[in-house]
Amino acid sequence: MSSAADAEPAVPAEDYLHAERGPWSWLTTHDHKRIGVMFLASLLLMFLLGGGYALALRMELLTPGETVMGRLAYNRAFTLHGVIMVWLFLIPSIPSSFGNFLLPLMVGARDVAFPRLNLASFYLYVLGAVMTLWAILQGGVDTGWTFYTPFSTATGTDVLPVLLGVFVVGFSTIFTGLNFIATVHTMRAPGMGWMRLPLFVWAIYGTAIIQVLATPVLGMVLVLVALERVAGVGFFDPARGGDPLLYQHLFWFYSHPAVYIMILPGMGVISEMVPAFSRKNPFSYRVLVWSTAGIAFVGFLTWGHHMFVSGQSTFGSGAFSILSMLVAIFTALKIFTWLSTMYRGSIWVNAPFTYVLGFIFLLFFGGMSGVAVAVTSTDIHWHDTYFVVAHFHFIMVGASLMAFLGALHYWFPKMFGRRYPESLGVGAAVLIIFGFIATFLPQFLLGNMGMPRRYADYPEHFQPLHVASTAGASLLGFGFVIVAVYLGWSLRHGAVAGRDPWGSRGYEWLSDSPPPEFNFHEPPTFPDRPHDYAEREDRPEVGHAL
Amino acid sequence: MNELLRRMLFLPEQGSTLASRVDHMHYFIVLTTLLVGTGIGLTGLVFLVRYRRRGDHTVTPRIEAPNWLEALYISIPLSLFLLWGALGYRDYVWARTPPEGALDVYVSAKQWMWKFSYPEGIGGVGVLYVPAGRPVRLLITSRDVIHSFFVPAFRLKMDALPGRYTEAWFEAVRPGRYQVLCAELCGLDHSLMRAEVVVLAPGEFEEWRARQQALPPVAAGESSEVLLREDLATPLVEQGRAVAVREGCFKCHTVDGTPHIGPTWRGLYLREEPLTGGGHIRADVAYLTESMMDPEAKVVAGFQPVMPSFQGRLNAAEVASLVEFIQSLRPERPVPPAAKEPLYEQRRGR
Ligand code: HEM
Ligand SMILES: [Cu+2]
Repeated sequence: MSSAADAEPAVPAEDYLHAERGPWSWLTTHDHKRIGVMFLASLLLMFLLGGGYALALRMELLTPGETVMGRLAYNRAFTLHGVIMVWLFLIPSIPSSFGNFLLPLMVGARDVAFPRLNLASFYLYVLGAVMTLWAILQGGVDTGWTFYTPFSTATGTDVLPVLLGVFVVGFSTIFTGLNFIATVHTMRAPGMGWMRLPLFVWAIYGTAIIQVLATPVLGMVLVLVALERVAGVGFFDPARGGDPLLYQHLFWFYSHPAVYIMILPGMGVISEMVPAFSRKNPFSYRVLVWSTAGIAFVGFLTWGHHMFVSGQSTFGSGAFSILSMLVAIFTALKIFTWLSTMYRGSIWVNAPFTYVLGFIFLLFFGGMSGVAVAVTSTDIHWHDTYFVVAHFHFIMVGASLMAFLGALHYWFPKMFGRRYPESLGVGAAVLIIFGFIATFLPQFLLGNMGMPRRYADYPEHFQPLHVASTAGASLLGFGFVIVAVYLGWSLRHGAVAGRDPWGSRGYEWLSDSPPPEFNFHEPPTFPDRPHDYAEREDRPEVGHAL
Repeated sequence: MNELLRRMLFLPEQGSTLASRVDHMHYFIVLTTLLVGTGIGLTGLVFLVRYRRRGDHTVTPRIEAPNWLEALYISIPLSLFLLWGALGYRDYVWARTPPEGALDVYVSAKQWMWKFSYPEGIGGVGVLYVPAGRPVRLLITSRDVIHSFFVPAFRLKMDALPGRYTEAWFEAVRPGRYQVLCAELCGLDHSLMRAEVVVLAPGEFEEWRARQQALPPVAAGESSEVLLREDLATPLVEQGRAVAVREGCFKCHTVDGTPHIGPTWRGLYLREEPLTGGGHIRADVAYLTESMMDPEAKVVAGFQPVMPSFQGRLNAAEVASLVEFIQSLRPERPVPPAAKEPLYEQRRGR
């Protein structure tokens, strides 16, 4: 990091953080970078809240019977944990924060296509979050984040505010997606063809398409549940001629693609970082692009694999099983391609790259366990047990969160112009990865034993594995605290980063770090193919902590 | 090999013909995953060591994937996944097709209990008696929300839907007792919605069935009153029990912990109960009394307000004896059934 100090500019440029001052200038800004930072702050707050619930849940499960809360409290806690983590953290996490910040920079635009809509999207998110949190103060909801009917229409807890909150957040998601699609289509710098888009842009673009196509279905089904609760319209109630499974079909038609809304951006982040830290061109740019498109498309055709024991037709289950195999293949392709990119590269294992390694590991086992539950016969046993809990935490927390943390470290210098202590970063990353494995590996075994999910109380023979899982969770929580502390410290006291501290060829590093208000001092040109490192001397600013 | 892998993977015993099929698929999946995972992990490790960054200015070659390698990357995992899918589906079709001549049992789920009945009318709550070595077909439904009938030792699971029947079948391989759990979130006591499958040797099962048919039909729960332990009975408690029998309380309440139309009385005294209208109540003397006189004032969550008022039908002494009786029903944690030994012999004398 010695050379970093040399890179400090003599006259500080007017970066976006200082272009205007005062909280009001932030709250009324149209600058995609500031909106991205505001999203980032709110998301981290939600993560903190969801994480608090997670620790409370793990405490309760330490012993069978009642440990720290009653059964009703437990049902409410896991519902809010799920709702907060899925809808208020994971789905918006990477697109709304890093996507907002980086997409225009990466395509060489001054801003997104509709800056005002972008700000509106942020406020809708805040509104939805506040409505959902208000529901907590009202006593909470006990349906699980999936709101299955007819339980969700019959339960005595107050489901409506949460339904409405999620509905509003859905609009935020749709607006953000529309904005990104329009930006990518209309605002690319001259000469940047589709096959020259950075891989992160492709990932965000694919995500945006899912967001725009799938989220309205969610909105619709939430309205149906609300109507059923308020007006007694019998969409799902068999006593009124409704169909209790209809809800599950509609819900998973959205929510299966939604799990790819959570993972695709993470894959985009990794596709940026692997070339950057291997100093290699991607092994196959087109495979990474087409697998993104493939996931976005086939992801819509697999929802029935959540319903193998719901009584759906035997043939239907077989069809959904095979379609699920097709979607898995794209993930496998990406893993092989990242790995091959490292071949004959020059690999720098720092904090972001540690998260890359964690990501690949967890994505592999999370993905393989996904294929395993997509096998119809084994899913009879695993469905709705802790095996599924472990599967989706491996993928969502493991992979999406790893990618989020990797992105946070990788682009921290870009966003705030400062660096964080690298060795501390690597240590915390290792702690988080191991804490993570210690938390969720026992849950695979719990699922094998037959422990159903959403249990406040459980037969005694499940206890040892629960204790192991809770121990892992404390390790994990500790890791996050360390990250929060040193990143917070680095915001003010970190070494000044310079324009491109990683020696990355990502387009976003062509502008200053932090970027000026309108991203570039002069119209940018992008001479190279994206992620092209071959046979060229490196930029001099890089300082390695080797 | 089967036994070793089963233990390493923490799987429960294989109590049904389906269990070993599902487990073999499971082993195949786990072993191939670990094999591929090791391959990928080792490759990654070699790359990390071999190509670690040695200086700030190392240059790297430009390498693009050849087409044949991309094709290989697609076809190897895809054929593996399709093989998994096909083999699994074969077993799934088998598991979804009940053989001819299976013994039929109706399963109906309700917050938070499992009720079993046989076509000839006998049946009960919380315990399913079946013979070993004979296919049993379950016709499953629910009276309120969605539940899921799950027997880990049988690797058997099927949702119970209101307004519909679903079908599942199993063939237990040996006598024993197996836990039934509810696998679909169904409200407050979802995690306590447990039952038991008692597998009897075929002869024993026929004996049991004959005995059941000879009994006069009883509402579930009514018979459970005999479970009251003699040594706890003081005269007041005895009187309370008699009043409860006379007034028909056991039509809706049990004393053995199974919820029925009303909450069970076992462990009720001083329990915190959530109410339908929100909030909680502590089941103290005042609340118990109020519930007898004005049952709809505070209804426990998950139950319908169907209890009649006993205002004017019970005098003060009778109320006191009923409360004393309820107090005497100490809570006991249900003992998880030992899965291994066929404990059914102990029940023979009944
Ligand atoms: C790569 C990103 C993935 C993500 C983010 C993801 C996420 C999730 C989530 C959140 C659930 C649980 C939903 C619930 O609450 O019930 C789930 C379940 C499931 N996933 Fe995945 N998954 C991924 C990959 C896969 C793959 C590649 C497959 C199969 C080819 C798969 C198959 C399944 C199946 C079959 C279930 C339902 C299991 C059950 O309920 O029995 N997943 N996944
Ligand atoms: Cu249930």
